[in-house]
Amino acid sequence: MSEERGGWLSRLKSGLSRSSQRLTEGISSIFTRRKLDDETLGELEELLIAADMSIGIAEEVTGKLRRTRFNQEVAPEEIRQALAEEVARLLEPVAKPLVLNPALKPHVILVVGVNGSGKTTTIAKLARQYRDAGKTVFLAAGDTFRAAAVEQLKIWGERTGSTVIARGQGADAAGLAFDAYQEAKAAGADVLLIDTAGRLQNKTDLMAELQKIVRVLKKVEAALPHTVLLVLDATTGQNAHSQAEIFRQIVGVTGIVMTKLDGTARGGVLVSLAEKYGIPIHAVGVGETAEDLRPFSADAFARSLMGLEK
Amino acid sequence: MFDSLSNRLSDVFDRLRRHGALSETDVATALREIRIALLEADVALPVVKDFVNAVKEKAVGQDVVRSVSPAQMVVKIVHDHLVETLGGGADAASSALNLNAVPPVVIMMIGLQGSGKTTSAAKIARHLRLRERKKVLLVSLDVQRPAAQEQLAVLAKQVEVESLPIVAGERPIAITKRALDVGRREGYDVVILDTAGRLHIDEALMSEVAAVRDVAQPTESLLVADAMTGQDAVNVAKAFNDRIGVTGIVLTRVDGDARGGAALSMRAVTQKPIKFMGVGEKIDALEPFHADRIAGRILGMGDVVSLVEKAAETVDREEAEKLALKLQKGGFDLDDLASQLKQLRKMGGMSGMMGMLPGIAKIKKQIEGANINDGMIKRQEAILSSMTKQERKNPKLLNASRRVRIASGSGTSVPEINRLLKQYQDMAHMMKKANKLGKKGLMRHGLAGLMPGGFRG
Ligand SMILES: Nc1nc2c(ncn2[C@@H]2O[C@H](COP(=O)(O)OP(=O)(O)O)[C@@H](O)[C@H]2O)c(=O)[nH]1
Ligand SMILES: Nc1nc2c(ncn2[C@@H]2O[C@H](COP(=O)(O)OP(=O)(O)O)[C@@H](O)[C@H]2O)c(=O)[nH]1
Ligand SMILES: [Mg+2]
Ligand SMILES: [Mg+2]
Repeated sequence: MSEERGGWLSRLKSGLSRSSQRLTEGISSIFTRRKLDDETLGELEELLIAADMSIGIAEEVTGKLRRTRFNQEVAPEEIRQALAEEVARLLEPVAKPLVLNPALKPHVILVVGVNGSGKTTTIAKLARQYRDAGKTVFLAAGDTFRAAAVEQLKIWGERTGSTVIARGQGADAAGLAFDAYQEAKAAGADVLLIDTAGRLQNKTDLMAELQKIVRVLKKVEAALPHTVLLVLDATTGQNAHSQAEIFRQIVGVTGIVMTKLDGTARGGVLVSLAEKYGIPIHAVGVGETAEDLRPFSADAFARSLMGLEK
Repeated sequence: MFDSLSNRLSDVFDRLRRHGALSETDVATALREIRIALLEADVALPVVKDFVNAVKEKAVGQDVVRSVSPAQMVVKIVHDHLVETLGGGADAASSALNLNAVPPVVIMMIGLQGSGKTTSAAKIARHLRLRERKKVLLVSLDVQRPAAQEQLAVLAKQVEVESLPIVAGERPIAITKRALDVGRREGYDVVILDTAGRLHIDEALMSEVAAVRDVAQPTESLLVADAMTGQDAVNVAKAFNDRIGVTGIVLTRVDGDARGGAALSMRAVTQKPIKFMGVGEKIDALEPFHADRIAGRILGMGDVVSLVEKAAETVDREEAEKLALKLQKGGFDLDDLASQLKQLRKMGGMSGMMGMLPGIAKIKKQIEGANINDGMIKRQEAILSSMTKQERKNPKLLNASRRVRIASGSGTSVPEINRLLKQYQDMAHMMKKANKLGKKGLMRHGLAGLMPGGFRG
């Protein structure tokens, strides 16, 4: 394994290892060489559920073990390995980096999600990466609802060297997105990141407003927005399903970023989301600074979740 | 996926077809379903285990009351135990804010990033100003998140309380000392400290907030947590409680469609009361905690009380009374249908109501199949407003040529108008049925009891 990959993994691990510690302890205590019987499998399933994996997936993953190893004597390490492989297999198809299309000037990224999930911070993190790669970045302050949300984005704009397009609080977000696109295009920007107000997916009127942003952009050019990012908070439990389902249905989510994986939440819902919707998972947030974004790797995520080294 | 517990249990017991006292096998089968329901609702695993064991003890050997099914019996036991655990025998006093201290009384808001601390701080300030006539000072100690202090200052203006002037570069402890000083000198009753979000495992930030606590000696340390939180809720609540000492919990985003199992997890692990629920982004969207409502939600039985309250809030009283009178006389006309549609839209549309209705799981498919959605409601309103007053009063007038006129006037089609009229007939029929069922029956059977075949389209 190359130096760089090792370095990357250890950084991700430092974020994720805390998440996996309890899970690891749990698995180890079940499997200090035990027979893989019904009871053991049941306990294993519960541990996966405790990582926010939904019951169906937990059953599926342990079911595979049941078919291949039932009644065998197994060591904890071996079982973690097998589980990690199962989880990685499910995540592999969706682990795709967010690639900017250099032909687009600008590549338009609309960022959506529920309140407080980390949309604005994720925009700052992406802006930092694109700026580091020498790109011209525009940010649209589309959260015109929350107090001081515009100021928050402006500060991130300054810190990352991005141009922020903003109107006052209460302004029409769709109109702002339209203007921001025109300005970014005129300036020949490489990427336009559009921030939006957080909204709970069961609020019909707020979801319709979000739809309006997309509609207005599409009128300018049918391919807009090129990317719709759904920001999910790792501390969220099974409600992430409803979030993914409804945001996908309303604005056609093209990719997911999961934030706050630096805590003890494990983000197990991603596994069932991957299976159910197959939406690409681009990156994970592991802190509050603009540097704290990591690409999503199925293998690293799964292995870290199971508390395995490398 | 989220079929209500009652539906699940009736399936189990239908298969068992047992009566009399609940046997151990009956209960064991039911407990499996309860366990799954609780886990799907995001109740943390260790809490689920304790809960299921407690229910088991209560349920085995219970006589099944003659008039209810074993499923209903178990649901009732589970529900009651859940309400008890959530409320914890909490009387009004323990769930109210404790303001018994020498003023200024300090309230400290703590929790993870983005959980709703700042918004809740402003909501509580408003509540104290209006309900308790307190002079409140809002103070932001959040030097972490960009523009967090400005956010609180803006919110303070909105709720019409003072906020401590921001001094750039000042650290949390220094801000706290200045706030207490101003609080004392200027005669504030309450000082609310809004802290930065932090991870419970972030040692540096946890000791910072512990230091703030030591300086400020808060009477209330409120843990603000998102109702959508998953299994991690136990870790978070335990860590904040052990390290800082939590006196109460504020559960935010209860206006979402999360099942809210985190409430049970946090309550169980801290033994501290849930004092408020955040039910929206607006500054007045704060309510006292209702254990029974959250219990119903966790069990997937629908938030009946919320629905009824929301209806009471949005539905015009006079309109409702007029309608009731009409119903008794059997004179429900298309004008009434039009006002019904308007009310429905005001209550957040079909999708807004879906999550709150009991028995919705059963008919969700039918509703989706029938395409009863918010767009359709708007089209129907358009149809109704293209009719003449006489036509609305007397739908029998609507012959073929009138229907063609209305279709072109409203930009719809004749089949759509036909469907609407059929729906109107079904609705009139349904109203009669509702009258017969009465309020109690409605609660028991939910919307499913009312859905007429014709609604399937
Ligand atoms: N620990 C941690 N905090 C984060 C992460 N991403 C965002 N946050 C914090 O979460 C809070 C809400 O983030 P913000 O971007 O304002 O959320 P938004 O409302 O969705 O725009 C802020 O306090 C952020 O600093 C992350 O990956 N890890
Ligand atoms: N729908 C809803 N949104 C809420 C509620 N409480 C807070 N929010 C929103 O959640 C986001 C984060 O809230 P904030 O108070 O900044 O969180 P903090 O980082 O913990 O201070 C904002 O967009 C708020 O408007 C609530 O009860 N319901
Ligand atoms: Mg934001
Ligand atoms: Mg805050």
